[in-house]
Amino acid sequence: MALHVSSAPPISAFHHLLCFFFHDTYPEMEYASSLQRQLASMKKNLFDQGYLDEQFYQLEELQDESSPNFVEEVVTLFFRDSSRLVANIDQALQKYPQDFRRLDNIMHQLKGSASSIGAAKMKNECTSFREFCNKENREGCLRSFQKVKKEHAVLKQKLENYFQLLRQDGPVDKATRSGN
Amino acid sequence: MSSPRGGDKERGRDGERQIHVLAVDDSPVDRAVIAKLLRSSKYRVTAVDSVKKALELLGTEPNVNMIITDYSMPEMTGYELLKRVKESPTLREIPVVIMSSENDPDKINRCLEEGAEDFLLKPVRPSDVSRLCGRMRS
Repeated sequence: MALHVSSAPPISAFHHLLCFFFHDTYPEMEYASSLQRQLASMKKNLFDQGYLDEQFYQLEELQDESSPNFVEEVVTLFFRDSSRLVANIDQALQKYPQDFRRLDNIMHQLKGSASSIGAAKMKNECTSFREFCNKENREGCLRSFQKVKKEHAVLKQKLENYFQLLRQDGPVDKATRSGN
Repeated sequence: MSSPRGGDKERGRDGERQIHVLAVDDSPVDRAVIAKLLRSSKYRVTAVDSVKKALELLGTEPNVNMIITDYSMPEMTGYELLKRVKESPTLREIPVVIMSSENDPDKINRCLEEGAEDFLLKPVRPSDVSRLCGRMRS
């Protein structure tokens, strides 16, 4: 008759002890890595879903010790400027007869800024709007503008959430931000 | 104030002559980005939001080694700034780089014919700025 002695293998007990030790001694390590995972996942989604493009990485590359919050500052500048431009387009669309040249002009500015922060979906909707402008299609402009506003609002919310989380993470080595 | 036009640059903290670039763009976002790009290459940067302000500055501060300007701006365009600079006996040696979000060959040719040093498509990249480094006015 064989005696089968069953016991927890030594490695499992050691592993448990290790986790206990690290969690207790360095609780911030587990928390930090979970936060960073969340950030990485958020950023990956923003890119995978087409909200952001390569230009956003370019901005991250510019961030350094002399301007540690550069990306957030530029994004804040963008939303301040873009909100003004969106309001101007709203106003201009109310007018009769429609000044398509002026509309196109303002949208050109909005598209340019969106492009500068890597706001890909917004940039594409701006392009569609300009196409309707060129054809002097007011209905098309109105429909397209609703999409521009929607993308603007969605991106604003997503980036606000992202930067809020980023601030919790604290100063981090630039290499972990690039995510290339 | 009576320093010679060529070769007299501001000195950086370590005493090295610092190249001074004047950036002109009415977009606050683009101004922030181009200024940062240039500062990352250790240039001293003055960023203004109009051609009018650029010309005022050029009138009082002669020590500008390069001008980098957006093409499309309200009131005066970057093309008009280029023309004014190239027509001026005191400013014409300053290289002028034009930036634009539109890849318009006619526009590009017109700028180059008027004496633009280079034409950059937005969004401007660090590699675009690196290729300008040998072409600053000394």
